[in-house]
Amino acid sequence: MASDIALGETLISLRGVTKVFGEGPTAFSALKGVDIDIARGDFVAVMGPSGSGKSTTMNILGCLDVPTDGQFLFRGHHVERLERDQRALLRRRYLGFVFQGFNLLARTTALENVELPLVYRGEDKARRHKLAMAALDKVGLADWWDHTPAELSGGQQQRVAIARAIVTHPDVLLADEPTGNLDTERSIEIMELLTDLNRNSGITVLMVTHEAEMAAFAHTIIHFRDGLVERTEVKDAPGVGS
Amino acid sequence: MYATTFLLAVREIRRHLLRSFLTILGIVIGVWAVVTMVTLGNGATAAVKQQISSLGSNVLQVRPGQGFGRGGGGPQPPDFKIEDLDAIRGQLVGVTAVAPLVQSTGAAVYNAANWSTTINGTNREYFVAQPWTFTGGRMFSPAEEQAGKAVCIIGSTVRNRLFRGADPVGKRFRIKNISCEIIGTLAAKGQGGFGNDQDDIVLMPYKAVQRRMTGNRDVRTIMVSVDDAYDSQAIQASLRKLLRERRHLTSEPEDDFNIFDTKQISDTLSGTTQILTSLLGAVAAVSLLVGGIGIMNIMLVSVTERTREIGIRLAIGAVAREVLLQFLVEAVTLSCLGGLLGLLLALISTMVLAPVLQVPFIFDPKINLLAFFFSALIGVVFGYFPARRAASLNPIEALRHE
Repeated sequence: MASDIALGETLISLRGVTKVFGEGPTAFSALKGVDIDIARGDFVAVMGPSGSGKSTTMNILGCLDVPTDGQFLFRGHHVERLERDQRALLRRRYLGFVFQGFNLLARTTALENVELPLVYRGEDKARRHKLAMAALDKVGLADWWDHTPAELSGGQQQRVAIARAIVTHPDVLLADEPTGNLDTERSIEIMELLTDLNRNSGITVLMVTHEAEMAAFAHTIIHFRDGLVERTEVKDAPGVGS
Repeated sequence: MYATTFLLAVREIRRHLLRSFLTILGIVIGVWAVVTMVTLGNGATAAVKQQISSLGSNVLQVRPGQGFGRGGGGPQPPDFKIEDLDAIRGQLVGVTAVAPLVQSTGAAVYNAANWSTTINGTNREYFVAQPWTFTGGRMFSPAEEQAGKAVCIIGSTVRNRLFRGADPVGKRFRIKNISCEIIGTLAAKGQGGFGNDQDDIVLMPYKAVQRRMTGNRDVRTIMVSVDDAYDSQAIQASLRKLLRERRHLTSEPEDDFNIFDTKQISDTLSGTTQILTSLLGAVAAVSLLVGGIGIMNIMLVSVTERTREIGIRLAIGAVAREVLLQFLVEAVTLSCLGGLLGLLLALISTMVLAPVLQVPFIFDPKINLLAFFFSALIGVVFGYFPARRAASLNPIEALRHE
């Protein structure tokens, strides 16, 4: 893999993050003290078996959930201290999400789906249309703007979802098993698209996957086991991971 | 933001057209029922008022006897004399007209046509007390009234029975075997407040009826028209006092005559129909409430069904208030649509039903507006709970929802 990645300052930093679900005897510790630093412009893959805490970490990094204890610094904000709506505003401004199940609105055209984040940003109709078409163009689906998810293939749906995630020019794109529902060929197309966005649009990509083949596209791979970071691979030196 | 939210709501409604229609059906029927009931009820009230006012508004009718359903035993109290009318005219203030009614019945004959009718002997002031319109001819002259000349003014029923289409003014016909010249014809008033035909009538100077039909100088009924500026209750009281004196009842405990106030009757009857209208409206309003519960039910189902969508919106960065607003606006838009549809149906059905029920169609903007705002309010009240539930969903769980 090419290593012409340009890393900036630290964008995200987790310090001693724990997460406990439930209380009393049924309490379950999903994270047991996680430290992670992610630089601006990185392409990070998070790997690990089920129950290792990778999804919980992604939820926290996506500002969807807060740690039970520890610090989460994002762009200088102590996210762990923020209220629900303040975290929503962070997501709106700086984050984009791509899910395994695509999660597009049914019976809604690709264009309307991509426009959705702009609606919450309060953009006017003309600007929404322009930005959404540009995003669809970037994922190669400009001609499919008036198709509903039911009329699109899985790969195309995931591209629409990516267009929706990047339409606001986010700092970070969070992808939760983005290729989990796709065949290998489609998966590689999606990974190439994510790599392109990372390299050429300067978007920091955080991706959860359990497929080594997909993780190989990333620059940094974080391995989780039993609620802790087991090891971090950085493919800095030429030849690593290839 | 509000415009966009409204747009999203309309989009969502359009996407589920049948379900949206079924959702608002309760509101549609509720608004329809309320507006139809109240509109028809108001029409009925107006009809009653109009029928009563055809008796003459603010007219006191005085008759011997103790009123409805009483005075069964004992001798019949005497009728009034024409001097009683003069006394009323002379001694009471606020009286615009005093008219006698000397009644008789008999056959009216013209050529081969023959019709049994009511003959009312009266004076010129009668036309002040009673709202009659002439279709032709004139009322009696003072000289004719004074002399008790055999001149007749006929109601439209009598005219139709005897003359068909012909103009009877100037013709002579026989009434109770008296030859009488027709000097005027009256416009139809229609059915009276008690189901009687008010147009089956022949009016003559009272002296003519007394002399040639009843054979005495008695007056059965006195009609006293009261000036609107005066209190009819006070005038009624002085009238009673005056008549008691004239009939030498000062030592008797009870009157031997009764005063019938048309205004009072009118107020009572229209009050009754108004109460009935409110009652029907209230019953219909319950169905509107049930409609609101229907909206809440569907909105709750919709929130569950669209949990994933809510999760997506939250992940994308919608704050709780925006999700709340979306569902609230959707509920309010739905219920307002239901309200409008109900108003439209009510308009159509009242326009169709009013002629069938023989009540006038009166469009009341107040009840239409009220019903509409109430349906919007129902959207807010019953939409709030499901919207709150949607807004408080946890985005992670919502996204995981199947």
